[in-house]
Amino acid sequence: MKTPQAPGRRKFLKDSVALAGGLVIGFTLPLKGGRAWAADTPVAPVYPPNAFIRIGLDDSITIIVNKSEMGQGVYTSLPMLIAEELEADWSRIRVESAPVAVVYNHTSFGMQLTGGSSSIPSSWEQMRRVGASARVLLVRAAASLWSVPESECHAENSRVLHANSGQSLSYGALATAAAKLELPQDVDLKSAADFKLIGKSVKRLDTPEKVTGRAQYGLDVYLPGMLTVLVARSPVFGGKVRSFDATEARKVPGVQGVYQVPTGVAVAASGFWPAKTARELLEIVWDEGVGATLSTKGMREQYRALAKTPGLSARREGDAGGILEAAQQVIRADYEVPYLAHAAMEPLNVVVDLKPDQCTIWTGTQSQTMDHAMAAKTAGLLPEQVKIHTTFLGGGFGRRANPRSDFVIEAVQVALVVKKPVKVVWTREDDMRGGYYRPMWVDSVAGAIGQDGKPVAWRHTIVGQSIVADTPFESFMTHDGIDATSVEGAANLPYSIPNIEVGLHSPKNVVPVQWWRSVGHSHTAFVVETMMDELAHQAGQDEVQYRLALLEKSPRHAGVLKLAADKSGWGKAKLPAGHALGVAVHQSFDSVVAEIAEVSIEGGKVRVHRVVCAVDCGMVVNPDGVRQQVESAVVFGLSAALHGEISLDKGRVLQSNFHDYTPLRFSEMPKVEVHIVESHDRPTGIGEPGTPPIAPAVANALFKLTGKRLRQLPIDRATLA
Amino acid sequence: MITLNVNGKSMKVDTDPGTPLLWVLRDHLQLTGTKYGCGIAQCGACTVHLDGRAVRSCVTPVSMANGRQVTTIEGLAETVLGKTVQSAWQDIDVPQCGYCQSGQIMAATALLQENPAPSAAEISTAMDGILCRCGTYNRIRSAIDAAAAELKGAAK
Ligand code: FES
Ligand code: FES
Repeated sequence: MKTPQAPGRRKFLKDSVALAGGLVIGFTLPLKGGRAWAADTPVAPVYPPNAFIRIGLDDSITIIVNKSEMGQGVYTSLPMLIAEELEADWSRIRVESAPVAVVYNHTSFGMQLTGGSSSIPSSWEQMRRVGASARVLLVRAAASLWSVPESECHAENSRVLHANSGQSLSYGALATAAAKLELPQDVDLKSAADFKLIGKSVKRLDTPEKVTGRAQYGLDVYLPGMLTVLVARSPVFGGKVRSFDATEARKVPGVQGVYQVPTGVAVAASGFWPAKTARELLEIVWDEGVGATLSTKGMREQYRALAKTPGLSARREGDAGGILEAAQQVIRADYEVPYLAHAAMEPLNVVVDLKPDQCTIWTGTQSQTMDHAMAAKTAGLLPEQVKIHTTFLGGGFGRRANPRSDFVIEAVQVALVVKKPVKVVWTREDDMRGGYYRPMWVDSVAGAIGQDGKPVAWRHTIVGQSIVADTPFESFMTHDGIDATSVEGAANLPYSIPNIEVGLHSPKNVVPVQWWRSVGHSHTAFVVETMMDELAHQAGQDEVQYRLALLEKSPRHAGVLKLAADKSGWGKAKLPAGHALGVAVHQSFDSVVAEIAEVSIEGGKVRVHRVVCAVDCGMVVNPDGVRQQVESAVVFGLSAALHGEISLDKGRVLQSNFHDYTPLRFSEMPKVEVHIVESHDRPTGIGEPGTPPIAPAVANALFKLTGKRLRQLPIDRATLA
Repeated sequence: MITLNVNGKSMKVDTDPGTPLLWVLRDHLQLTGTKYGCGIAQCGACTVHLDGRAVRSCVTPVSMANGRQVTTIEGLAETVLGKTVQSAWQDIDVPQCGYCQSGQIMAATALLQENPAPSAAEISTAMDGILCRCGTYNRIRSAIDAAAAELKGAAK
């Protein structure tokens, strides 16, 4: 049996037996000068409180990372922050995923959560302080051992040195003494000029495991006596089981039981295949409920009608309505974008080992604190009786940060009835049809331009479900009825326009919706940036110059726009016949990205050849990591722009697997160039900001090729001349 | 009983002969490097080698592997080619979430086995069936090119 442990922990346990001491350090901000915690017993507890660093007597350094590794590189970038200030030997760093504990909470969300492109921005100071504090203790321990002033000692490459006497000791040798010292009240952080690691392209620490198949994802956890469970869920959102017949299903060899659970009917078997085979033989009568009449076609009609009415005001400046009525040159346009599935490569899954007084969970989650609380509640246990091991995530994109803890609660419910260790596996079809989509949106925009061609009025009405409605996030993310994520990127236009009105309708229905890489920006950037492009063309001006003239109050936007234009040869390079460039710029998660896409139409199909990205994300921790994220974000956005659509008829999701919901394939991949603006500002987000600009950049290029404005996504749906 | 040779080791499994090889590897043998992504031959996450050729283990009944050589990502480093591909992947830092990468590496290795110097178009064709939701395609291409160059140098 494979030992089910989070990545890296296996190694630690083995080594820790050999350790006779060590230094463990961790604390929350603001620093209150707690005590370092010494692992001075041969078998260290697996979960020391308040710990981010563990220094072994063998000089190994274990960094406990409190963010989920879902591809974005936090298992490398967060250790870099600590190692920089710790003056650690990078080659001895290893990583362990954090358990659920208050000390591991996100510094601004107040819970353990990975999302919002916030891992680096929110850990930037915290992790460097953790590293610096440990270094101070190690230096202090050495100084007192040698009876020399601390100021004469310095740390380097996991050693403390005393230059005058030539003495030096490794961190491993100092760890036990350092662990007995009081944590410093405050520490000085390095200035950027002294960084040795930060700002350098450092190789990912998780690559070796990921190229050898050793990396452990949730689906790879096997417990002794564990059963694999597949749940037959309602074909319609909100439906309930009325009755079922499992006679045939039970006959499948390997099937151990069939149970009704709140979300449907669960089949428990010795493995995936018998569970799946048996599930297909279930006869279930569903109470489908109100969802059974729902179709995205019908919803679109309803949304279009709503878009013609003002909605709740998200922003109002000047008199956009009056100016639009009187203006000579007005463009009115309606936009539609579909529901989108996250479709991470690893379908959802959860392993639960439920005992009368203990519940242990292994899953790839982005939302530990909430999942933990909901698991305890569902199991009827105290929080301290529940453990979550965060495995590697085979992609997250927001789906694994479910505000309702849907997949974790269901798995605990299953464990309650199966009464054996269970692995609840979602098939690809289950995952695709399981909801929690990026909402479908209809937008209506009217823009007026004045004599000089500049926009004088802008009215934008947005229609779509709120993703935080009826979730624990509603109270602080919704103000005056406006879900901030519905209007982000639309209510805060970077362009100087004197009269602006942004309105919002948030209709409700049974389709579950959720954050999806770049959240609201995934649709607002498309609308705003294609409309700006229309205005530029209407004014007869170059699209880059037109934007720049309106961006005098947004220097970061202007900066990336100029950089992208320059690197792409905008207005200068001679393009092959039938190719055109389209541009878009958008700010999200405090970073600004401009993208210029080179596009052609071949045999009626859109082909994106090259995407030039310019990124301002403040100071960069790992430049190659930033490039990876932007490349990835472009592909994610392009997959959706070209092909992505989840639609419903009679309440049923029409797509089911990768043949009808297809991410970009290898042969469609454009060249992606990432140019990073040099900056001394604090770091801002990078996991998501590359996604929003790609759809409008491609759509704007297509306009140049066809003369027709593309206002609906996916592009596959459009007929291209 | 089905007799399989997996990564050079002979093993017997007691299972329905129609069970896909993928689930025998994972659920019976706990060789979890081979991944499940779609189950319908659309994503390639489950790619393994059967007698040296890339197959989708999610749609390959285990009976088809009876008495044949199965190589999974866990056994890939046994050959110079496999090791070279893996180290090219590592040098270029291809993986992000990593979930698709076993399949990518198995497909790339099978390609280079058959065609040690693939053209850009040949790489596209061979790799088109292996999805990566994290969008690592350009790095995959660079890694294949690098591995091909490395092998060519070594052959001289
Ligand atoms: S799991 Fe076999 S091709 Fe997707
Ligand atoms: S690396 Fe995540 S799916 Fe390919």
